[in-house]
Amino acid sequence: MQASPLAHHFESLEKQAHAARLGMWLFLATEVLLFTALFAAYGVYRFLYPEGFAQSSRSIETWIGFVNTLVLVTSSFTVAMGLDAAVKGNGRRTALLFAASVGLALVFLGFKAIEYAHHFQEGQLPGRYYTFEGVQAPGASLYFSLYFLITGLHAIHVIIGMSALAIVGALAWRGRFTGEYHIPVELAGLYWHLVDLVWIFVFPLIYLI
Amino acid sequence: MSPSSAPVSEVPAYNPRNYLNSPATGLRSWLTTRDHKRIGVMFLVATTFFFAVGGLFAMLIRIELLTPGPTIVDAMTYNRLFTLHGVVMIFLFMIPAIPSGFGNFLLPIMLGARDVAFPRLNLLSFYVYLLGATIALWGMIHGGADTGWTFYTPYSTQTVTKVVPILLGAFILGFSSILTGLNFIVTTHTLRAPGMTWTRMPLFIWSIYATSVIQILATPVLGMTLLLVAIENAFGWGIFDPARGGDPVLFQHFFWFYSHPAVYIMVLPAMAVISEVVCTFSHKNIFGYNAVAYSSLGIAFVGFFTWGHHLFTSGQSAFDAGIFGVLSMFVGIFTAIKVFNWTATLYKGSISFKTPFAYFVGFLFFLVFGGMTGIALATVSLDVHWQDTYFVVAHFHFIMVGATIMAFLAALHYWFPKITGRTYPEGWGLVGATLVILGFNFTFIPQFLLGNEGMPRRYYAYPERFWPLNVASTAGASVLAFGLVLILVYLLVSLRSGPVAGPNPWHSRGFEWFVPSPPPPENWEVTPVITHPPHDYHHAGEAPPGGVEPEPRHAS
Repeated sequence: MQASPLAHHFESLEKQAHAARLGMWLFLATEVLLFTALFAAYGVYRFLYPEGFAQSSRSIETWIGFVNTLVLVTSSFTVAMGLDAAVKGNGRRTALLFAASVGLALVFLGFKAIEYAHHFQEGQLPGRYYTFEGVQAPGASLYFSLYFLITGLHAIHVIIGMSALAIVGALAWRGRFTGEYHIPVELAGLYWHLVDLVWIFVFPLIYLI
Repeated sequence: MSPSSAPVSEVPAYNPRNYLNSPATGLRSWLTTRDHKRIGVMFLVATTFFFAVGGLFAMLIRIELLTPGPTIVDAMTYNRLFTLHGVVMIFLFMIPAIPSGFGNFLLPIMLGARDVAFPRLNLLSFYVYLLGATIALWGMIHGGADTGWTFYTPYSTQTVTKVVPILLGAFILGFSSILTGLNFIVTTHTLRAPGMTWTRMPLFIWSIYATSVIQILATPVLGMTLLLVAIENAFGWGIFDPARGGDPVLFQHFFWFYSHPAVYIMVLPAMAVISEVVCTFSHKNIFGYNAVAYSSLGIAFVGFFTWGHHLFTSGQSAFDAGIFGVLSMFVGIFTAIKVFNWTATLYKGSISFKTPFAYFVGFLFFLVFGGMTGIALATVSLDVHWQDTYFVVAHFHFIMVGATIMAFLAALHYWFPKITGRTYPEGWGLVGATLVILGFNFTFIPQFLLGNEGMPRRYYAYPERFWPLNVASTAGASVLAFGLVLILVYLLVSLRSGPVAGPNPWHSRGFEWFVPSPPPPENWEVTPVITHPPHDYHHAGEAPPGGVEPEPRHAS
């Protein structure tokens, strides 16, 4: 057995879990604000260049975004199921469900990589690298600056979240968590849901409107 | 615990088993420590170092401005100097100094906790600070930046100076700030001792809590903004570049959305310190506890809706400017609530005019004078005249720097006995305080006058009619620098050879004075049970269980 998960400065495991959960929610708030700056910039430039943004949005493949949305929502579902298994003390099941989520995250990144490769071929690139012939309306290069910033930052979050799920899943497989103590499972899940939630906003902004 | 059960004589004057020597004393034990007190002390040492670096840049600026033409450096070096002065002082000294230094040391003790909620994140916060500082320093040594600390686009995206490492350094420092703020909020929510209700918390914690809220909500936006400028500068993605359709004014909105609240990240901790100092040195509980506590949250809240007052001359509509002007004045209301309550606390108090109290007096002067000029600047029609003049420079040095330095020095003297277990020489302390307060006034009052006569900020050369006031300002800065060096010298001497202080040399009723000096690693021997508000001088003689017996209130 490993040492007790209760740190010396907390009086009970319950209080420690409460602190960890509160800390995670605050951290998620900072993450939301990080993206908010980019969404605000998107809003301002969409207002300034409605035509350029609309045409650029139509020039990228909506179906990839749609499939990726389905993939991410499904991965959130398996994470939620994994937490449910952890609450019931079934670490192995948690590990398998988290592994499925990591697999789905890899599928998401795969599609994203195909999409990025396509943009590089077409010259749909940010700022001074923009050489795409398809859309000439003003603001198109700004659209792709924001496109790469937002989806790039989101992809970094996918990689971080996926690593967290993998680590926590491995620990769950080794039986580190119990029905009473499974706070890392919960926190990794919370983070993954945020990654999913951000994409729920990215998808309509980038692909649909 | 009744006074008879633990006579005063049983408490050793210098706690032999303290956080400085246990569990170990080696360098390794410090670098891997998770003790909030050690982390706080490391932050204090680091921020004091950068205070000296920033002060050195300030002196070079003042010497350069001693004559109307070139004096010691060329124009480009001068631009770098004022940029680095601003960057170092704001990101490396003022933002972390009080919250990460004193806040780390005191917050858990005051709450009756053993440590902050996430000790490992706390240590990480320190290393993230060091990493950010190292990257920024590397940038400064290899060229520096000449944009001013505000990094305004489009200039910052085109400058050939090394602005990218400094932007990245500030971006990384933001995470240190976020981690500390997050830790403090969770600690305050989850680790209060039994009986420590929200309205029994020391006012220091209320203000630090409000600061933490701003750190968490504003810093990510700044981080992203600085990153965008760095990307723009390095790769030309066009976000803020008008040549590619970008909007430079959007940068100003983003930047001030953080950087105006950041002013309150610097001032609220100063108010935190002052609320403690005023109680201890007038031997009286605060007048209007709730008003002082909630006005901190009020400042934190309103501070998010005032950023537009930096854009009065940036093409903002007159209507927007008016709204932002009025909202900015609300900050004055909350600040005035505090000022009136602090001064009302003095009334019929038993005031001991020690060094921290001298800094409290200086603080009040800078806060009120600086605050009133702030109300004037928030008036749009006046601001158009003063925009980018030395009036603005003098205003924010009074309110933000003056107030913060006063509080930093007050805190350094007030808690020096708690942190080190020793006292500083009181006479030299008062001499230092006098020099610093007078020097600061003589530095910046001439700048108010210069700005009002129209001298623009950041200029390398100026007409001869501005000469006398610039000489006066440089003379004042020299007195200020001399005072600060004097303080550093006697504090360093006191570290080794100062008289042993005892647990409560000020006869304070603040909770942190009930633990031995220097505090033991676990802060409180047993978790205290709090039965009355802090600074409750009516209950003198009682201590929370787990604490040492307070000395009897001194008779004077």
